[in-house]
Amino acid sequence: MASTRCAACKYLRRRCPSDCIFSLYFPSNNPQRFAYVHKIFGASNVGKMLQDLPVHRRADAADSLYYEAHCRIKDPVYGCVGIINILHQEIHNVQCQIAKIQAEIAFLGTHAQSDQQLQIAPNLDPNFLAEQKGLSNSFDDSSTWFF
Amino acid sequence: MKNQESRSSSCAACKALKRRCTPNCQFAPYFRSDETKKFAKVHKVFGASNFSKILNEVAEEQREDAVNSLVYEAEVRLRDPIYGCIGAIASLEKKMVELEHDLMLARARLAFCVNQPSSFLNEHGNMAPCVQDIPVSSGMVEAFNQNSFYFDQFSHLPFL
Repeated sequence: MASTRCAACKYLRRRCPSDCIFSLYFPSNNPQRFAYVHKIFGASNVGKMLQDLPVHRRADAADSLYYEAHCRIKDPVYGCVGIINILHQEIHNVQCQIAKIQAEIAFLGTHAQSDQQLQIAPNLDPNFLAEQKGLSNSFDDSSTWFF
Repeated sequence: MKNQESRSSSCAACKALKRRCTPNCQFAPYFRSDETKKFAKVHKVFGASNFSKILNEVAEEQREDAVNSLVYEAEVRLRDPIYGCIGAIASLEKKMVELEHDLMLARARLAFCVNQPSSFLNEHGNMAPCVQDIPVSSGMVEAFNQNSFYFDQFSHLPFL
């Protein structure tokens, strides 16, 4: 008679009851999934966490526990928190790039406006226009603009 | 008197585990005696034994970082028992995709404005729409490649 124990009960070397909390989420064909989760969280804690959730949310919880355990085993120091930090940095970098481009567009627009003013009002005080250009030129050093 | 001394110098972990805190207690450097909540979170999610094993696998100079990340992970898991940190990663990935889309749009607009300077000004000599603020993506990701390593692992999760 083939064994119908789930991966958890096989790992824990016990009989798999019909109402086993793990059986739906840790099938016997994926022993690594339970091994990882057990190593990081412990079978008892995982069982309690699943027990405390409504039935229709347990599958997602089991998946996320597995992914977290997987991340922690790959990176014992930072686990998935390392990924969160990297993403925060990447988001910040992209936001800076967008802001830089917006500033460039605004600068080019200011130039276009003042060039047009020169064309339509050639008798304007040249010092005034130079001042406007001087303010625009402060954007040239884009590497330090935001800091 | 001796008992009071040992109690007052017990780390938060040994207090929670109701055991004597030895001079070479593994947890003492990371859980001061007043940090009972901090240890309670880790204890609840990982268990003291697993936590200890994880720390033992890490070089001593990296243990403080490991403890901090485990405490953070436990906190997030307790706040979100279904998705934990994976929920946070998925949200950040989604935001990243939206921002990359915005960046692509911004670059296209800049290229357009550079190549067609007359487009800056309308017939009244005022700024044309291409130089207005680039709207932050409202969350609608159009046909855009989601080629992220982290995202691919979690893309089946329903909140994505």
